[in-house]
Amino acid sequence: MFEANDPNSIQLTADGQLRHFLTTEGLPRELLTEILDTADSFVDMSQQQVKKVPLLRGKTVANLFFENSTRTLSTFELAAKRLSADVLNLNINTSSTKKGETLKDTLMTLEAMHSDMFVVRHSDSGAAHFIAQHVTPNVAVINAGDGRHAHPTQAMLDMLTIRRHKGDFAPLKVAIVGDILHSRVARSQIHALRTLGADEIRVIAPKTLLPRHIEALGVKVYTEMARGLRDVDVIMMLRLQKERMQSALLPSESEFYKLYGLNRDKLAYAKPDAVVMHPGPINRGVEIESEVADGPRSLILDQVTNGIAVRMAVLSKAMSGQLSQRSESGQEEQA
Amino acid sequence: MNILIQGGRVIDPTQHWDELADLYIQDGEISALGEAPAGFQPDEVIDASGQIVCPGLIDLCTNLREPGYTRKGTIASETAAAAAGGITTLVVTPDTQPLVETAAVAELIQDRAADVGFARVLPMGALTRNLDGEQLAPLHGLASSGCVAFTNMRNPIASSQTLMRCLEYAATHDLLVIFQAQDNALAANGCMHDDTTSTRLGLNGIPEAAETIEVSRCLLLVEETGVRAHFGQLSCERSVRMVEAARERGLDVTADVAIQHLLLTDESVNGFNAAYHLQPPLRSQLDRAGLRQGLVTGTIAAICSDHQPHDPIAKQAPFAATEPGMSGLETLLPLSLSLVEQQLIELPQLIETLTAAPARILGIEAGTLEIGSPADICVFDPNAEWEVSEDSLRSAGKNTPFLGQTLKGRVNVTLMDGRIVFRR
Repeated sequence: MFEANDPNSIQLTADGQLRHFLTTEGLPRELLTEILDTADSFVDMSQQQVKKVPLLRGKTVANLFFENSTRTLSTFELAAKRLSADVLNLNINTSSTKKGETLKDTLMTLEAMHSDMFVVRHSDSGAAHFIAQHVTPNVAVINAGDGRHAHPTQAMLDMLTIRRHKGDFAPLKVAIVGDILHSRVARSQIHALRTLGADEIRVIAPKTLLPRHIEALGVKVYTEMARGLRDVDVIMMLRLQKERMQSALLPSESEFYKLYGLNRDKLAYAKPDAVVMHPGPINRGVEIESEVADGPRSLILDQVTNGIAVRMAVLSKAMSGQLSQRSESGQEEQA
Repeated sequence: MNILIQGGRVIDPTQHWDELADLYIQDGEISALGEAPAGFQPDEVIDASGQIVCPGLIDLCTNLREPGYTRKGTIASETAAAAAGGITTLVVTPDTQPLVETAAVAELIQDRAADVGFARVLPMGALTRNLDGEQLAPLHGLASSGCVAFTNMRNPIASSQTLMRCLEYAATHDLLVIFQAQDNALAANGCMHDDTTSTRLGLNGIPEAAETIEVSRCLLLVEETGVRAHFGQLSCERSVRMVEAARERGLDVTADVAIQHLLLTDESVNGFNAAYHLQPPLRSQLDRAGLRQGLVTGTIAAICSDHQPHDPIAKQAPFAATEPGMSGLETLLPLSLSLVEQQLIELPQLIETLTAAPARILGIEAGTLEIGSPADICVFDPNAEWEVSEDSLRSAGKNTPFLGQTLKGRVNVTLMDGRIVFRR
């Protein structure tokens, strides 16, 4: 009695295709694997002379960034262009859209431009869900980061990077290190790793940077690097924002670096072939030592390359889910 | 005007009455129960067969929005909704614009309510000026202008010394203080219960300690000052236990709970549905069980609606950016009846929590069908089903998580002072 519906069903069409991509949580393993397979083929393609495919020709992708970002925005833009879509980039000042009515008005204006897809970044958790619930059914919504909730394309590019280097997820022990509390990346990584069947997921952070009850997401909690990194195959570092020092979460950057910064000594706790990842931009000397970030076990630049391929895969999959939805509901598809 | 309410199951906990009977009303008062008074000639007969006849409900916490926020609701619209929900007395919050911190505003609210005439409206006054926790509001003057209780709402008084003085001053004049306990530093930026769901959704949590720390501080100062005190809308199991322990030590404190906290948990926030954005937040299953247990043992004496109507815009934003609160006057009774269906409590005990208990907490003469008392009466069909929809709700606020659901129990007639103020 009085229970809510399955919240993530909104992401899928009736026959299980991807319609919006809002969170990695609750998506079936086959779907995540399909995204990775498709992305793999795009990685190979990006090494060819002609890097474009016509999958989204005639379609308009609007990048709605309510929060500043250069890296994510440019990789989404490049991904859409390589799929031959028309791209509209909108950096929307958040201070003028604090109120919900403005956000809704913004959406209606953009719908009137007949976009087929919104790529959305917003500082409020749940913003992508809100937009997906309020746009016309003809628009697919891709979450490019909402508050602390989710950043599913980042998580998928991390999964692709892991798979390309380690193959199977089943034997892997993965540690996520740093500011878990404020991290949408960590949440999306955890859901994706669980669904893809990683053997063990660990989070390592001081208690002030761990959400309470994080173990309910299926992770093991460690507060020291020496124990947390032992026998780990993959180390995923997170970015630490400077403002964390001001709210009594941490005493100083240097103390954080001493305890949780990844240097060569701490890396030695992990398996000899452990790889190191970071969503960027990195704070050298805060989360990670330069020698590690630039070292042979760092996959940080591979992540960027894979980011374009994963976003191409997600855009094309969501578009085809969207098109099948439209034809199901009897609307004519005009090429 | 003489009214006969015929053939209903009359439940009046104050008289331990629960049987089929006719109820006779003369000149706005209850004149007889069972046998007709000599020479009684009804001008109107209400057929209550198959229905329950009970005292009009008393809601301990309603936000009327007027003056100041009439885009969300007006005294006319919300008291009409109350009548449709069988509620005849509303205790209303002081957070209007201007605030209820002057006699003029307190009187204005009561005058407007009397003009529209759908329900009795009893204002709560601000405990401190501007609700900012620094200077005492004119409590005695406000009480003389009809304020039945005083609250600082969810703006706790930062200085414990100031809080103690407020309580001492209220105790001087034997005034009731209502706490809506929340530590604002711990609740800062939070929009839901701090637990696994908030962790998954990446929403800022409000920890249980935000309520329990303030409940604990208030209890200690109530004991110190001897003020008449009541805790409104408890949300945590631990708060219930603290109030229970204080009562066992002999402290005369009471508590209520909003019906939604007896039925829902924080898991409902999954999917970011802003209808579930409430203040205090919906909490864990353990908390809900503790609140239900508190109701059974009597530690929680009353159930309220915590009615907070909103305009549609207020809920159309990402979850944390929406305004908290739900519209609840018209669902208070049917949702409460589900507790009987779930066999948590018996119907007469439920009626008590909605009528006699809140009257006792407030120290007012209401919530009874005794001979000679004002004829505030609710007649409802406990088995009638209806769908909660924007059309079926009279409140200007359509912001309820129960929208689209079918509820059981529907009010058919409401009388206030022997006048029919609602009839389906």
